Amino acid sequence: MLQARHKTGLVFFPAFDWAISSTHPEREERLLYTQDQVFEEGLLDVDGIIEYKPGLATIQDIRRVHFCVPDEWRVVTESHLISAGGAKTIGIQVLDKKVERGFALVRPPGHHAMRVVHGARGFCNINIEAVMIEYLREAYGVDRVAIVDTDCHHGDGTQDIYWHDPDTLFISLHQDGRTLYPGSGFDNEIGGPTALGATVNIPLPPRTSEEGFLYVLDEVVLPLLEEFKPELVVNSAGQDNHYSDPITNMCFSAQGYAELTRRLKPDIAVLEGGYSIETALPYVNVGIIMAMAGLDFRGVREPDYNPGRTKQAVDLTRYIERLVENLHDRRRRIPEWREQIIGSQDYAEREMRIYYDTDNISEVRKEELRVCADCPGTLGIDSRADNGYHVYGVHIPRKACKACQELGYQWFDSADSKRYSHVFLQDRTCDQYLVRKD
Amino acid sequence: MIIGLDVGGTHTDVVLIGDGCIQRQVKVPTDPSNLFDSVWTGLDEVTRDINPERLQRIVLSTTLTTNLLVERKFNEPGMIVSSGPGVDAESFRTGPHYFVVSGSINHRGSEIQTIDETEIEAISAKLKAEGIRQVGVVGKFSTRNPIHETQICEILGDDFDYKARGHRFSGNLNFPRRIATAYLNAAIYPTHKRFYEAVRDSLRQKGLEIPIYVLKGDGGTMSLEASLDNPGQTMLSGPAASVMGALPFSSEHRETLVLDIGGTTTDMAILIGHAPLLDPLGIELHGTKTLIRALKTRSIGLGGDSAVRVEGTGISIGPDRAGSAMAYGGAVPTPTDALFVLGKMTEGDAEAARRGILSIAVPLGLKAEEAAALVFDMACRIILDEAAQMVEEINGQPVYTVHELLEGHQVRPAEVLVLGGPAPYFAFRLAALTDFQVHVVPQWHVANAIGAALARCTSEVTVFADTERGLCISPEADFRQAVPRDFDMPQAVEVAYRLLWARHAREGGSEAEADVEVVEESEFTMVRDFYMSGRNIRVKVQVKPGLIPEYRSIAGTLFKSCPMPGGG
Repeated sequence: MLQARHKTGLVFFPAFDWAISSTHPEREERLLYTQDQVFEEGLLDVDGIIEYKPGLATIQDIRRVHFCVPDEWRVVTESHLISAGGAKTIGIQVLDKKVERGFALVRPPGHHAMRVVHGARGFCNINIEAVMIEYLREAYGVDRVAIVDTDCHHGDGTQDIYWHDPDTLFISLHQDGRTLYPGSGFDNEIGGPTALGATVNIPLPPRTSEEGFLYVLDEVVLPLLEEFKPELVVNSAGQDNHYSDPITNMCFSAQGYAELTRRLKPDIAVLEGGYSIETALPYVNVGIIMAMAGLDFRGVREPDYNPGRTKQAVDLTRYIERLVENLHDRRRRIPEWREQIIGSQDYAEREMRIYYDTDNISEVRKEELRVCADCPGTLGIDSRADNGYHVYGVHIPRKACKACQELGYQWFDSADSKRYSHVFLQDRTCDQYLVRKD
Repeated sequence: MIIGLDVGGTHTDVVLIGDGCIQRQVKVPTDPSNLFDSVWTGLDEVTRDINPERLQRIVLSTTLTTNLLVERKFNEPGMIVSSGPGVDAESFRTGPHYFVVSGSINHRGSEIQTIDETEIEAISAKLKAEGIRQVGVVGKFSTRNPIHETQICEILGDDFDYKARGHRFSGNLNFPRRIATAYLNAAIYPTHKRFYEAVRDSLRQKGLEIPIYVLKGDGGTMSLEASLDNPGQTMLSGPAASVMGALPFSSEHRETLVLDIGGTTTDMAILIGHAPLLDPLGIELHGTKTLIRALKTRSIGLGGDSAVRVEGTGISIGPDRAGSAMAYGGAVPTPTDALFVLGKMTEGDAEAARRGILSIAVPLGLKAEEAAALVFDMACRIILDEAAQMVEEINGQPVYTVHELLEGHQVRPAEVLVLGGPAPYFAFRLAALTDFQVHVVPQWHVANAIGAALARCTSEVTVFADTERGLCISPEADFRQAVPRDFDMPQAVEVAYRLLWARHAREGGSEAEADVEVVEESEFTMVRDFYMSGRNIRVKVQVKPGLIPEYRSIAGTLFKSCPMPGGG
């Protein structure tokens, strides 16, 4: 009889009746073989692995994280509420100490969803990890959270949401943005002025294998976590670094994913991408579940696994070593940069062009942040999409100082309603969300 | 006429049903060390002077296999398990003769690694040398492609009495449970066979050449012959018998909680209309999880004879039983004694019962009547709490589609049917404590035997089609057929029903009594390289557990003789 060493909660929600479109990678069939494998291996019968039915995320949960344009119902479906709700369910079980760890094996994914949402990009509408984390902060008073994104694509949505939050460490390991969607996540992206260093990007070259991933984990990720001392480690467990994934170019394996999970010891893992639905996902998910539960996963292997074929080239190993060195160098200089910025400027601006590939929407976004010495600073976002919406959103951070709170309301009240179709205010100091529209 | 027999822990109940009513009922003590005698005495008595030609069938429900497993009174069967990569198959070791062999099938049913013939031959020789006659053969994903189980069995040849092939027991995916199921079947096979053949032969000698059926844990029956191949299905038929006995009295359009309150335990089950709710995966017996179909039941250690003790400033009831109630000569007070003190029961040593209840009343500073009321109410509340938890657990069962999650059926029982020894007394109190409509099952003391007599044959068949591979298979039916690319859901359902009818007939069912339904159906478009490459179709159909049509007239007569709650 198998006994989990770590009591592990599992939400399995394959959404067998939901797809972006019938031949889209994000379709009904995606977790079918994973379900078959997980069921057949009998993992749900293991003593200490408990399956939970996902709850539904609420509109209020979404409003802690996003400005949905024009409103939540226009950009989410029930499936998104269940997917985010599944992550939330796992979070609740972990925080209630019903389980030691948990894995939300849910779809659709969320890590490309940014703070402003005009539609779907990278198959994501709402950021399911952020919805969960902000709920846990509100309900359980969790403060410091680390997110380790091991999806092959840069978690640009999560990065955007936590860009200005020094209490959320966001680390993304992904295939180099020069070679893959969404084309971001370079190592010079290290967070906003008031949260420098809380964003860490590790762009790995195509064909990185177990060796490279585990090297980066040991050399960069684990030391960063040690230093940051998060109360909660969340793993955005995308599975598209697999050697068989059809839309990426990496060489990771089920064994590698399981070993990474064993070393990372996430409190909560949330499934993100991964589209090799038949040859990777069944084995990767079994590996991750077993690693979370502390079971011996040495026998987990893809039927076509051939370590010789995915072995990492020597020059690639050198490249990754240099990358790690550069990351370390950069980190050493962060305190100095922080000092230069804070106090020297009152406001910082950022302009971005966002393309929603799934829904074919283009957005121009202008951000203004109050560079505050006392708090992460209030953020104003002007967002214009080519589908006609032009909105303004104000985000008052959880730990905003008095001045920043007042500034936030001032920005909200004074936003020109002739210019904007909607004006939003997200006041995280008191969990309030206001909308003004004509 | 039909005979229903149910062997319980203390009594064996037999009823003879005919002309729309109970012609005879017999209760004989159960001798656990000689079940055959208990069964035979019961049958002998109930059939005395009956014209054999009037007997249509006999349905037996015994604790034989359950007891064997609980007491582990069997010879260790051999187990040959082919797993391939994944969870270490050693984790599922059943006993000393457990062999993990080469061979691997993936989730699609493709062969990844062949079996090694010489390896199997060596194991076969070893098993034979050890004198092992039963063997279980199980492969991971054998429900998707049973080729390895079949090949291994061919190599084993005719040198074994019984070869339990994993894929034949259930179409569900769960390798560890499949191993446990094959093992249990192989373990109980010889005793089960000996027992039922002895019953059949003895009946024959008596001139009673009538069809014999065996009750299953899912509340259905199968022919004795069919049970020889699949003896595991007889496990936990006891609780099923009681539930089936309650079935005629449930409302057709409501959900019902069935409570069988016995001496040691209370067993709970749920009826949806006239159909009992089944466990989604299978029986769990003493920590062993199987794929054997069963009713969804919950058993708690609380009954009329549960030990009542003072605990701190309150009391505890059960979960153990320390002999009979003091009113019947026991040494520890029980809920039954409380019923004596409350004046609800009288046929026994009321003084001893009072002494018992006083022994807990005094330390708590209560009068005997107050303590008795406390015990009785607490017993009722524990039962209700556990029932609520069971319902919550059923409703909390994960589902895998958006539709089911948002619109899925939620079980909300509106009525309670009580049976078992103290049924009438409990029914009254439960009705007072809740909003449920509470009824006592008429003839509750033999409802289990009635349930066995009236249960109809059940069957289940799973069909799995993969049009990319051009295959349609059914593990339970050992069916495999090539299908064209345009094979679709309606065709798959048709195949499933055809196989179900065949299996149903083979296992002793008749078309007239069958109530069939599709239990699960799902169809996925398979896309490879952005083009549709095939369909993945899964269908499960069943003959629902239920009662033979004759039950209506019998239920009518039984209703008339229904004892009033609190009477007797």
